[in-house]
Amino acid sequence: MTALLTIRDLSVRFPTRFGEFTAIESLDLTVNAGELHGLVGESGAGKSTIGAAVIGLLQYPGYIASGELYLQDTNLRELDDTDFHALRGSRISMIFQDPQTSLNPLMTIADQLIGTITQHSNVSDSEARQRAIDLLNETGIIDAETRIDDYPHQFSGGMRQRVVIALALCTDPELIIADEPTTALDVSVQKQILALLRELAQTRQVGFILITHDIGVIAEITDRVTVLRHGRVMETGDTLSVLGNPQNEYTQALMAAVPRLHTRLERFVNIVTDDDDDSSSWSVEGASSDYAANWLNRDITDNKRSNTSTADTPVLSVNDLTVRFYKNRPGWFKRDPGFKALSDINFSMQRGEVLGIVGESGSGKSTLAKAIVGLVDPSSGSIHFNGEPLPPGSKRSRHHAARREIQMIFQDPFSSLNNRHTVEHILSEPVRFYQLASGSANIKKLIASILELVEMSQTALLKYPHQFSGGQRQRIAVARALIARPSFLVCDEPTSALDVSIQAQILNLLKDLQQTFDLSILFISHNLAVVRQMANSVVVLKEGELVETAETEAFFKAPKATYSQQLLAETPSLDVLDRPT
Amino acid sequence: MVTALKRYVLERELLYLFLNSKVAIIAAIIATLTIGSALLAPWIASTDPYDLKSFDLLDSLYAPAWTDEGDERFLLGTDDQGRDLLSAILYGTRLSLLVGVLSITFAGLLGVTTGLLAGYYGGWLDTIIMRIADVQLSLPAILTALLIDGIARGILPRESHDNLMIVVLTVAIGLSLWVNFARTARASTLVERNREYVQAAVIMGMHPIRIMFTQILPNIMGPIMVILTVDLAVAILLEATLSFLGVGVPPNQPSLGTLIRTGTEYLFSGEWWIVLFPSLMLIILIIAVNVLGDFLRDALNPRLR
Repeated sequence: MTALLTIRDLSVRFPTRFGEFTAIESLDLTVNAGELHGLVGESGAGKSTIGAAVIGLLQYPGYIASGELYLQDTNLRELDDTDFHALRGSRISMIFQDPQTSLNPLMTIADQLIGTITQHSNVSDSEARQRAIDLLNETGIIDAETRIDDYPHQFSGGMRQRVVIALALCTDPELIIADEPTTALDVSVQKQILALLRELAQTRQVGFILITHDIGVIAEITDRVTVLRHGRVMETGDTLSVLGNPQNEYTQALMAAVPRLHTRLERFVNIVTDDDDDSSSWSVEGASSDYAANWLNRDITDNKRSNTSTADTPVLSVNDLTVRFYKNRPGWFKRDPGFKALSDINFSMQRGEVLGIVGESGSGKSTLAKAIVGLVDPSSGSIHFNGEPLPPGSKRSRHHAARREIQMIFQDPFSSLNNRHTVEHILSEPVRFYQLASGSANIKKLIASILELVEMSQTALLKYPHQFSGGQRQRIAVARALIARPSFLVCDEPTSALDVSIQAQILNLLKDLQQTFDLSILFISHNLAVVRQMANSVVVLKEGELVETAETEAFFKAPKATYSQQLLAETPSLDVLDRPT
Repeated sequence: MVTALKRYVLERELLYLFLNSKVAIIAAIIATLTIGSALLAPWIASTDPYDLKSFDLLDSLYAPAWTDEGDERFLLGTDDQGRDLLSAILYGTRLSLLVGVLSITFAGLLGVTTGLLAGYYGGWLDTIIMRIADVQLSLPAILTALLIDGIARGILPRESHDNLMIVVLTVAIGLSLWVNFARTARASTLVERNREYVQAAVIMGMHPIRIMFTQILPNIMGPIMVILTVDLAVAILLEATLSFLGVGVPPNQPSLGTLIRTGTEYLFSGEWWIVLFPSLMLIILIIAVNVLGDFLRDALNPRLR
């Protein structure tokens, strides 16, 4: 039996002004009918490029340098543009990451589905409509007959992704390429969509290529998996054996870096490093990580001493916190109750504690962080910091002590650093602003030392943020927060924009820093497995309300609230691998 | 050495794109030549058109040197007062450029500041600033310039008028061009405002004005540079138009506009050169600057790459 898709010795190159860049190098891959084949790898591994090469949509100026691509017996490389166009959609189709943008917002679902069906097969409009309704039923849209005339914005994210899947199915393709199909979705919806894909593969005998960075997703639903790195195949085979018992060094390191939902590690070990840092010996005189550590520690002991009388008061306590957002400002005559982003939240944190805030999108996690750092004003309720009331952001004076003591680490290291400033400038801003040191030579020494402390080369201070990778940028962001000598860190999804191996490094760094400097950390994440690694206790939010507060270990062993149980059950995990087979 | 140079060019995207665009290089060479010769006018030009002693009414209306009625002393001929036209053009371009650069600087400062404020604060301040901009946009630039020029003529005493004319022109042209800057700066500020690096500065407690000028401004310079070059051409053209209409620089100080104006009076009596050469200079300068502006716009726009 010939495989559905056979790729032999495929190389894809992109000419750039720095010379040819090889995105895929001599790659072999086969996908059988009815199989879910996972492509997994970190950013830049070439996962999406493989998908694009198969469907013939390589982005200009990329081209296939060598290799063979066969769909059943059709040689894809010999097809001309018209034939390929006919084949795209009818025999191979694609599911994209973001259901918001992959449907045309100005056309009803019916128009989009019927248009595609009549394009590829010779049927009447009413037949096509019937088929469209059947497909929507099959992909789990309730009340498909009436919903078919709705516009995309009338569907929720998960429903929209079902429509996209129906759209991909409507020509009975043999192969579907799903590029990060669930990355934009919440875990509960993700679970349903993955189950749907699994079911479709079985009932329709469609071959799926599932491209994702999430190893949990791969472990849960794929039959076989190919691990990629820098455009090369590291390991390929049966999912359970590849992930459960990896032979390749890279796969082993990758698996070690994945945070597990059911075990807590003190540190991640066996980490892949390929940040090619120039190891030039340039350094600022007298700068060392010890210098930075001493400098930071001195301050923190000062803090402690001044607070000895209040050692038992929680570092942060949030009482009946409510935040409303208004579409229109409430006027004199109209009452707009607004949208409650957070309602009556109560919790407190002890010094040196790491509190994890978890919840799905829209649960108010980020709003909570913003209320604490002063970017949004609470509508009612209060926040106490070190026992003293913390004024709302707009009333907090620009020189309020809490502005220095509370520092924030943002999600996206590509937007949290000013691209037009050198790293030295970025790191010197807090020092100068809070007047923590004086004299340019002193400040420079301090900055170089802090960079060492976050495990960066001192030469970094001369460079601009765009010269660094995401992980290095996040280290710089950590350094910026740290150099203000904070006692409290708010981390809003600090690793969700990063690859797993980089995530493991950053989590290790945060753990080390937390322990060394006795920092209190409010750690916000949608990723339960990450929270388990970091937090002492957990707060679960749902649609702005507090669902559960618990010690981490107790929470993960036996969550009390039904919502928490559901959340835990729906998170894709590597448990399948740990089960004895 | 060569490889080091190559690497330097490769790492600088703008320079790389520039060196690979023939049109941009040609435009840059032409712009450099015209602007350079205009700036060096006192050293290049054979006579000084401001110095009444240096020219003779008897030399008036000579045709260009290569024609039958030409005089070899005057390459491009002379105007009605006997001034060497080439010298007049060089000095004239200098004045036109000066007014252009000054007014675009004024428009840029005003527009970028108001745009930053409107984009950063939003709310009623944004509404007021952008409504004023809308009103400004609904008036043709020439009308604004004429209006301000007229007011200045009314207020200022006659003697100081000639000396202050450049300032009046600068303000007039600047006021009619600031809207482009304000709109661009506002739109870019709205995007940058929500970036996390700005939030980090807000959390830190940095003063809003400082955030605008040290954090946001460097990040919105790209689109502003584009407006700057494109509008420089517009400003030079506006100056020429105003001078042509007789409300620009005083007639005894030749700018490209005044030269063209004098030229038109002689156009029908056969003295074509007085209008042709200043016009050519204006056209070449405007096209070169415009092409450079277009290149910048495309090079800095990631979508067009």
